[in-house]
Amino acid sequence: MGVEGIGASVVRKEDKRFITGKGRYVDDIKLLGMTHAHFIRSPHAHAKVKGIDSSAALKMPGVVAVLTGQQIVDDKVGNLICGWAITSKDGSPMKMGAWPAMAPETVRFVGQAVAVVIAETKNLARDAAEAVVVNYEELPAVADVHAAIKSGAPQLHPEAPGNQVYDWVIGDEGATDAAFSKAANVVKLDVTNNRLAPNAMEPRAAIADYDAAEEHFTLYTTSQNPHVARLVLSAFYNIAPEHKLRVIAPDVGGGFGSKIFIYPEEMVALWASKKVGRPVKWTGDRTEAFLTDAHGRDHVTHAEMAFDAQNKILGLKVKTYANFGAYMSLFSSSVPTYLYATLLSGQYNIPAIHAEVIGVYTNTTPVDAYRGAGRPEASYLIERLMETAARQLKVDPAQLRRSNFITQFPHQTPVIMAYDIGDFNASLDAAMKAIDYAGFPARKAKAKADGKLRGIGLSCYIEACGIAPSKAVGSLGAGVGLWESAEVRVNPVGTIEILTGSHSHGQGHETTFCQLVAERLGVPISQVSIVHGDTDKVQFGMGTYGSRSAAVGLTAILKAMEKMESKAKKIAAHALEASEADIVIENGEFKVTGTDKAIALPMVALAAYTAHNLPDGMEPGLKESAFYDPTNFTFPAGTYICELEVDSGTGKTSFVNFVAADDFGRLINPMIVEGQVHGGLVQGIGQALLEHAIYDASGQPVTASFMDYAMPRADDVPSFNLSHTTTLCPGNPLGIKGCGEAGAIGASAAVINAITDAIGTNNLEMPATPDRVWRTIHAA
Amino acid sequence: MSTVKMTVNGKAVAVDVEDRTLLVQLLRDHLNLTGTHVGCDTSQCGACVVHMDGRAVKSCTMLAGQADGASITTIEGIAKGDELHPMQAAFRDNHGLQCGYCTPGMIMSAIDIVHRHGGQLDEATVRTELEGNICRCTGYHNIVKAVLDAAGRMKVSQAAE
Repeated sequence: MGVEGIGASVVRKEDKRFITGKGRYVDDIKLLGMTHAHFIRSPHAHAKVKGIDSSAALKMPGVVAVLTGQQIVDDKVGNLICGWAITSKDGSPMKMGAWPAMAPETVRFVGQAVAVVIAETKNLARDAAEAVVVNYEELPAVADVHAAIKSGAPQLHPEAPGNQVYDWVIGDEGATDAAFSKAANVVKLDVTNNRLAPNAMEPRAAIADYDAAEEHFTLYTTSQNPHVARLVLSAFYNIAPEHKLRVIAPDVGGGFGSKIFIYPEEMVALWASKKVGRPVKWTGDRTEAFLTDAHGRDHVTHAEMAFDAQNKILGLKVKTYANFGAYMSLFSSSVPTYLYATLLSGQYNIPAIHAEVIGVYTNTTPVDAYRGAGRPEASYLIERLMETAARQLKVDPAQLRRSNFITQFPHQTPVIMAYDIGDFNASLDAAMKAIDYAGFPARKAKAKADGKLRGIGLSCYIEACGIAPSKAVGSLGAGVGLWESAEVRVNPVGTIEILTGSHSHGQGHETTFCQLVAERLGVPISQVSIVHGDTDKVQFGMGTYGSRSAAVGLTAILKAMEKMESKAKKIAAHALEASEADIVIENGEFKVTGTDKAIALPMVALAAYTAHNLPDGMEPGLKESAFYDPTNFTFPAGTYICELEVDSGTGKTSFVNFVAADDFGRLINPMIVEGQVHGGLVQGIGQALLEHAIYDASGQPVTASFMDYAMPRADDVPSFNLSHTTTLCPGNPLGIKGCGEAGAIGASAAVINAITDAIGTNNLEMPATPDRVWRTIHAA
Repeated sequence: MSTVKMTVNGKAVAVDVEDRTLLVQLLRDHLNLTGTHVGCDTSQCGACVVHMDGRAVKSCTMLAGQADGASITTIEGIAKGDELHPMQAAFRDNHGLQCGYCTPGMIMSAIDIVHRHGGQLDEATVRTELEGNICRCTGYHNIVKAVLDAAGRMKVSQAAE
């Protein structure tokens, strides 16, 4: 490892612009003649749109246009799509209702847009929106998943009778029943995985600019995957052919999944910019984010785990109801199925698993992938079950886990996944040592003497990341491939540009991706730049989500680097009159091994571009590209242990210690990896203690601002004690597993296991607010 | 419309704005100082924090007119040329930022925190004081480290002056 190579905690190249106020986010961009959009959104959870009167608004100063849902339908802009087909257990395809970008006839959640005002300024657009009169006929609404599937419940879509999108199963039901019939003990648990609002700090925004002469659109948007956005906008929404649509995702202020999807607002901005003949900008406010950014989680699950007399797991049965909200968002269908139920084996040898997942429409904001996406729900369920089992079976929870760990790899689970490698004992040991697990009983006794209820909770998570082999996801219903692309351009003066299909919205790619180049060529990272987020600059790529940018995106860069290096070595060998096989690359030079003969990278690059003296038949230039498709998912795993105290008088939880031992395979930049873990842990802790996107029975959102939705703040959370154990991922040449989601996947179970340990119950729903904890303590 | 006169990052400015214009709108839309961000509109997240006459204020929660005659410092105005403010440097060196959106407000709040506490800070105090600034990326761990680090650096640089 060089000082800036793989494994070095290099400070980030991109930071200077962010700490000096020079970041360039979508809302920072102004175009000449730009107009501003303000959406008129339904205040009702379910209603017929009987009429829209915009006559008064159109007379107001600065109003350019008022456009409605009917107009967008008339212009044949396509409905929003769901890109992952799921088949129900009866063989029928999932049942979906149409989702137009603005509702022409029926609104199905509070916040759904029915019209948009385009005006000279943002304030004028808002003023005019107040003057648009929408006549609604309210319909009965349903927000709760169980209420939605009852007979007589309000129906959302005629295409989906009973509000049921699908009833999907995985695993072997017969084998699982047989396993349960042999059980010495069965542990049962009902859990709710609370609905969350992703809340990237930068609200979504879009600027659309139509060039009538070229019939060409440019869209600046807050996207994690600008190429996928262009593909969907072109292929499904009929906005423009791909070569007539440039999508730019500049600096993006966090995503966490919520900026994967292509939302109505971007579509409307594009369509409207052509309609009004001027650029159109829309910047959401925080309440719009709560109402329209895809929410996460929202599962209701009953699970049973069967054990033999030696406390070995025999089988697992799971039934989950997943709330999809009012429409099927882009990848929503895959989240409670292939991203959730395929991880239900956890870190354990479970011979038989059967899971059923029922997807349900409700009159709420659509639900889709949010940091972890299905895997937090699986991990939470399994780890709550293991803790509950340990209490019921009266064994130490660490020991129960250890005695059921998978220790032989590769390991084929009964739910599709084939774990390639891991060492679950190593991460459990590391975490137990870090928190002094053996000393806990003494600490608990001392806390008790001080009047505090102290608890400890474990969470041994596993996730499937780096998604994934295109062939595999295609066979499971995905509408896209999940490879990644890269291009390496060595300029004639020897500086290097890496064009990547990955997109950084906080992950530090501008630094870590350069570190790979520094590692291989021995050049300083200052000589390397990363180009991403612009479909006109970068070849087609799949973007950043699912902890895939290092495992898949960086591997694509490696593949392109290898091609480039191979050509450069030929050029160097030719110039040095040596054999190509004798050329090694060190410190920015191509050397003939065992001699002092060398040629520096800039001279090789210059030779490639002057082309005066290249090997016979070689093309000029030094630029290579690669598309990399992994052979398997990656399987990051680890153990989190939380120790905390509960004040029985107030129900308030205080952290004593939180340790995390993760196995992410090879780390490129440990500082950045740890930052990813910190952030994920706090999102998991936020889910456990604070966050809940709540609807009342009529479908009105109760938590639509930071005044009502409890975001984790600095004084709600502890500092963390992190460590790493390492098994290198065999599925990619760098041995990387991915680190972006682990914290959010593993943390919430550790917290709830610790609180329930402290207060002596197995039943406590998230978020474990002081009120809820106090009531639980005092209900006994 | 009114004319608001103020000093922004050391320069005198006079801007004609609608009376309802917020200070953050004046900075972003009229002066193109886009380092100050809007994250919530309800005075909760702190992405919009700037200094008014040396004190941290949330620029999304006051009218531009309320800053008439004041001296405003934004994230763009705290470095001395190429020399970063110690708080900026500490955020970079401690990996106290990821997506960067909350960062300008965090840095402006953090400078104010150090000033108000005379540099005498511990982790609990920093965490309590950061209550009005929300970050979704970092989990605060490295932000807290950065603020504590910067408190030390600011003491040293003050002593040197």
